[in-house]
Amino acid sequence: MQQLTEIRWHARAGQGAVTAAKVVAETALSADQYMQAMPEYGPERMGAPIKAFTRISDQPIDIHCNIENPSVVIVLDDTLLDVIDVTEGIVADGVVILNTCTPPEQVKQRLGLPESVKVACVDASGIALDTIKRDIPNTPIVGAFAKVTGLIDLDIFKGLLAKNLSKKFGQEMIDANFAAVDRAHEEVTVA
Amino acid sequence: MAEVKTVATTGNLVVAEAMRQCKPDVVAAYPITPQTTIVEEYAKFVAQGRVHTEYVTVESEHSAMSACIGASAAGARVMTATASQGLALMWEELHIASGMRLPIVMANANRALSAPINIHCDHGDAMGARDTGWVILFAETAQEAYDNTIICLKVAEDPEVLLPAMTCLDGFITTHSIDRIELFDDETVADFVGEYEPANALLDTDSPVSHGCFAGLGGPFFEFKKAQRLAIDRSKGVVERVGAAFSELSGRPFGLVESDMMDDADLAIVVIGSTAGNARHVAKEMRAQGVKAGVVKVRCFRPFPQAELVAALKDAKAVAVLDRAESFGAEGGPLYLETRSALYDLETRMPVVNYIYGLGGSDVRLELIRQVYSDLSDIVSGSASPSGLVYLGAR
Repeated sequence: MQQLTEIRWHARAGQGAVTAAKVVAETALSADQYMQAMPEYGPERMGAPIKAFTRISDQPIDIHCNIENPSVVIVLDDTLLDVIDVTEGIVADGVVILNTCTPPEQVKQRLGLPESVKVACVDASGIALDTIKRDIPNTPIVGAFAKVTGLIDLDIFKGLLAKNLSKKFGQEMIDANFAAVDRAHEEVTVA
Repeated sequence: MAEVKTVATTGNLVVAEAMRQCKPDVVAAYPITPQTTIVEEYAKFVAQGRVHTEYVTVESEHSAMSACIGASAAGARVMTATASQGLALMWEELHIASGMRLPIVMANANRALSAPINIHCDHGDAMGARDTGWVILFAETAQEAYDNTIICLKVAEDPEVLLPAMTCLDGFITTHSIDRIELFDDETVADFVGEYEPANALLDTDSPVSHGCFAGLGGPFFEFKKAQRLAIDRSKGVVERVGAAFSELSGRPFGLVESDMMDDADLAIVVIGSTAGNARHVAKEMRAQGVKAGVVKVRCFRPFPQAELVAALKDAKAVAVLDRAESFGAEGGPLYLETRSALYDLETRMPVVNYIYGLGGSDVRLELIRQVYSDLSDIVSGSASPSGLVYLGAR
């Protein structure tokens, strides 16, 4: 069977999950991997819960359906824990990465996860407010994702992020995003 | 030598890219989900001055196809794109395009038809157009959507064919997912499709012709239709030839029907579009467990590749046909009806069963495909009889 990593993103519309999923996919391509990134399209409005999916593999990917058994779950808004079972179907040695101020031990207990599932927490919103000056936690969370999973090369990601941002923003915004990614990479804690 | 660029982008954006590389003289289109980003991207090419195309913004799909017909009859290379209700609104024009033998190429982002309203994938729109005289290709992936679009243009414009062609891709699943795709350089595509030399251009004043004229009682209507039938029958060889030439360039396979693990397969799934990938994934799992499972993907639906399908399926012990479209009141879905009919001449006919799946974007979980193979296995072992039509995974 092919070596396939399946990532599920949970966020609220407007938090940039789709953009993050896209840049992660581009990063994987730059490392000559195969990938898919697809948002679950629905009648979206700002703040509504959304899902997005990313697949990364060394081999061409055949599957075209939603991800039910993710090995990585990324949650961009911890208030979603009250409304959605974000860890539904997660594999036994999976990892959950959350944007939250709560320590990972507490989150793990609250979600009732087995010891084998890793929980990684980072205050991506706080970092984004400090650096980017807006609550856009999508880029910092990728810094944490790169550290915890080792699935993507952070330098390649930052290069592509700069390329994407430069279409709409100046160097100041690119630098602020780089600072956010680096801080989250540094500050993420795991239980 | 063809240059190749590997990109991470969506099915719709590479269809727009293929259109740009085919250099159409006219694109007349109306936006509709999930096709919108194709025509949006194309409009951007026009605004940037990257194409010479006359881009006609119209007030409906009926007008879009009407404008395409007018432009094509005038002698232009014409392309467009639509989906679902848009394709349905074009219905009468679809017949006119094929009856006037106009090689228009249209992308269709497969989407369910209302009601109830739904923006997600099924093949009901394209299947509704199966008898309109268009060549119809379906893509499994964004890569195939790019490839098929270029292939469609060369097939449509072939002097042996001169028929419109539809290049279909699964709504959202293929249109909006980001995938790894190889694109040719512009020159390679331009050389492959060649310059268009219209056969009967209205604007060719040196040899005046009429198009779409009256052919009523006692007129040649019947013979026109026979000529159309002969043309779409001939198009089969042309699709094969053009596909093979494209395959030579790309290194990617092209078949009217594409088989996986069918050489010694007992259990076969016949399927169209992105679900072929899901079926292949599960068939590999089955193989790992010692079950001889295989997949037959129908890439070209019109002309229907009857002989190729029979050749792929003849040794299977049981066949499941998966339809992402209904043919209400018929024995089963459109692909099932034609597959079953194709197998009629076999000396020993195997059981053939039908599943309707994935309507309105209903997720095609791998579990559902496993269920199909399991049902086939039960039929072969004699522990179950072939069932009637099954709505796969419906609550």
